Amino acid sequence: MTTASPLLTLETVSRTFTLHLRGGLRLPVVSGVSFSVLPGECVVLGGPSGAGKSSILKMVYGNYRCDGGRILLRDGAETVDVARAEPRRILRLRRDVMGYVSQFLRVIPRVPALDIVTEAARETGVAAEEARRRAERLLALLNVPERLWSLPPATFSGGEQQRVNIARGLAAERPVLLLDEPTASLDARNRAVVVDLVAEKKAQGVAVLGIFHDEDVRDAVADRIVDVTRFAGARAA
Amino acid sequence: MSAATGYSFAYLDEQTKRMIRRAILKAIAVPGYQVPFASREMPMPYGWGTGGVQVTASIIGPDDVLKVIDQGSDDTTNAVSIRKFFARTAGVATTTKTREATVIQTRHRIPEAKLGEHQILVYQVPIPEPLRFLEPRETETRRLHALADYGLMHVKLYEDIARHGHIATTYAYPAEVAGRYVMDPSPIPKFDNPKMDMCEALQLFGAGREKRIYAVPPCTRVRSLDFEDHPFTVQSFREPCALCAATGVYLDEVVLDDRGGRMFVCSDTDFCEERRADGHRGHLLGEAPAAIAGEAGDA
Amino acid sequence: MRETNRVRAMPDAPLLSAESLTKFYGPRLGCADVSFDLHEGEVLAVVGESGSGKSTLLSLLSTELAPSRGAVRYRMRDGSVRDLNALTEAERRFLLRTDWGFVRQDAREGLRMGVSAGANVGERLMAVGDRHYGRIRATALDWLGRVEIEAARIDDTPQSFSGGMRQRLQIARNLVTRPRLVFMDEPTSGLDVSVQARLLDLIRGLVAELGLAVVIVTHDLAVARLLSHRIMVMRQGRVIETGLTDQVLDDPREAYTQLLVSSVLAA
Repeated sequence: MTTASPLLTLETVSRTFTLHLRGGLRLPVVSGVSFSVLPGECVVLGGPSGAGKSSILKMVYGNYRCDGGRILLRDGAETVDVARAEPRRILRLRRDVMGYVSQFLRVIPRVPALDIVTEAARETGVAAEEARRRAERLLALLNVPERLWSLPPATFSGGEQQRVNIARGLAAERPVLLLDEPTASLDARNRAVVVDLVAEKKAQGVAVLGIFHDEDVRDAVADRIVDVTRFAGARAA
Repeated sequence: MSAATGYSFAYLDEQTKRMIRRAILKAIAVPGYQVPFASREMPMPYGWGTGGVQVTASIIGPDDVLKVIDQGSDDTTNAVSIRKFFARTAGVATTTKTREATVIQTRHRIPEAKLGEHQILVYQVPIPEPLRFLEPRETETRRLHALADYGLMHVKLYEDIARHGHIATTYAYPAEVAGRYVMDPSPIPKFDNPKMDMCEALQLFGAGREKRIYAVPPCTRVRSLDFEDHPFTVQSFREPCALCAATGVYLDEVVLDDRGGRMFVCSDTDFCEERRADGHRGHLLGEAPAAIAGEAGDA
Repeated sequence: MRETNRVRAMPDAPLLSAESLTKFYGPRLGCADVSFDLHEGEVLAVVGESGSGKSTLLSLLSTELAPSRGAVRYRMRDGSVRDLNALTEAERRFLLRTDWGFVRQDAREGLRMGVSAGANVGERLMAVGDRHYGRIRATALDWLGRVEIEAARIDDTPQSFSGGMRQRLQIARNLVTRPRLVFMDEPTSGLDVSVQARLLDLIRGLVAELGLAVVIVTHDLAVARLLSHRIMVMRQGRVIETGLTDQVLDDPREAYTQLLVSSVLAA
């Protein structure tokens, strides 16, 4: 595994936010971010909140723009620079290559939980039957009561919504998985489930890049911790 | 000049007639296409056939024999006054006999007798635009015609079937001329639509108020619009004409009294009289009021 | 003379390409130098306030207006790429009622209010030559079902329909010929919030199911987020920012976009 080439490589990535509504205030968040993630490896971003961990993750996912540097993602035989890719290329990468799980459930309202998770599995081409089985397994593992499966999650408790969200994020088979504090405010039992599921993904050769505040979880899943404070935004920018 | 009256021959001045003839020639050249023309004020109100009268005035010659019918009848006020109008202004012979006429101006009917190549049928048209019901904008209807975009016409027929279970349009039934333009055949019963198809007579349509002339040249295909599963059919009548026993002709219902008494008689009075003269007798012939059974009055 | 480009399009070629589209109304600018590609299955939201030029742009794309400068190219069903302003009127109309749809903000402009729901849906079929009443009606019934209008309403006119039903009928009327590209002009504005939500669900489902390419003009960022893949922000006739929908909404770059986004209550 160690000799494999990385699925994800960041090269001198930088980002400065310009807040036009605050008189054009410039906030250099990160610069010179460089690291890579191998297949089957879990890299955890470390550092205090506000250090730019989440921004890095969002840049990788194409959700935030990148001012400088390259974010190279392997899509089969091709390597794509997310920082410069066309929107439709990024959408294809999201469909085929990288998944993103945050602690927030942002879904189409009025769709039942089981369908949300099943659909997520189907996005990567898993057959309908298999997708459903996978969704049921994940919801069960994450202790989402079966009576809720046929209901839209809007009415669920915060914890239940979060677990539906994790199930959705893990249902698909993508080579790269981005985890943005998925376990925040989960109880110990469910945190343990997430740890197992991440280990499962790693065993399948998935490259995982994550942010975990909970130290137990971090220690359980991380192969390597990248301290983000060393990429603190260049104040000179 | 007509010697008797001091009017131009057939009332209209020569320039106007020439202008109308040009419109007619264009209409014949493009079957079913509505040709705009500069409709003139006529000494009769709109709705009394000013379009038909202008067409007739432009094509009639001293040797022509004119017949005028209104709803199949030669003796209604409208028919009589138009006939008199041309008798006075053009000095032409008039007739009530279909076979004798060379020019027949009509409102709402096509004669039952087969028309021949020596005859011209002139229709009085109130609203020439078949798409008007669904599309009020003239600019748009003209474009639809130009592009042969006739889906709308079928929308109307669809509505009929949806509402009534069959195509309930019974008059002014739209027809496609020579495989191209869709026209409103004026408010004739759809019973008469098949008579337009491959008719040997030239058919001219004049709309005075709307200032349009269109034509169906002799022996031209005229196809009534329909659906594959709701084909075009004509009205049929349960009983024969009460006066002449004719079947397969268009009948008018005549109320005889206030106790529900009624009879069905030929709408084409000339056709009916001719049959009776030939000895055909309907079951109510002896009993019908003279106003119905009697000779078409003509001054 | 019409221009025909017989070169077969590449499989990944755009469905629609706008090239430096510019429109002046006399001296007044409608929109300027708008260029973008739209691919099959892509949903592009054009956002901006009224007067930003987004409606002008929609009219230019849908050939309702001719551009002062620039061009719109479209890949026809036969694979040929045509300059839309070089199409004949007949070709343009055929395109509009077969391969395209246009869902208008005011359903009264997009429907025939005087004819039944069934005829509204069936009109396009009849316009392209379907002459079988039973088949037209069956298709209309199927589509009414798909847009959640009761079969029993098929012979009612849209006059008696609620705003949401009218919009759903408009959608059925447009989609019955399986278009590849649909233009939508503020399709949900003016509706109650709950009705809006249901309509958005429906549009979203149909767009995904049919793989439609959509250009949707909206001032509602929530609508853009829910329906679109990409966003174009317009202001004073120009495109000032463009990108992935979530990128533009979560990480707006331009001052105006930041203002737009910050003006919306968090959804």
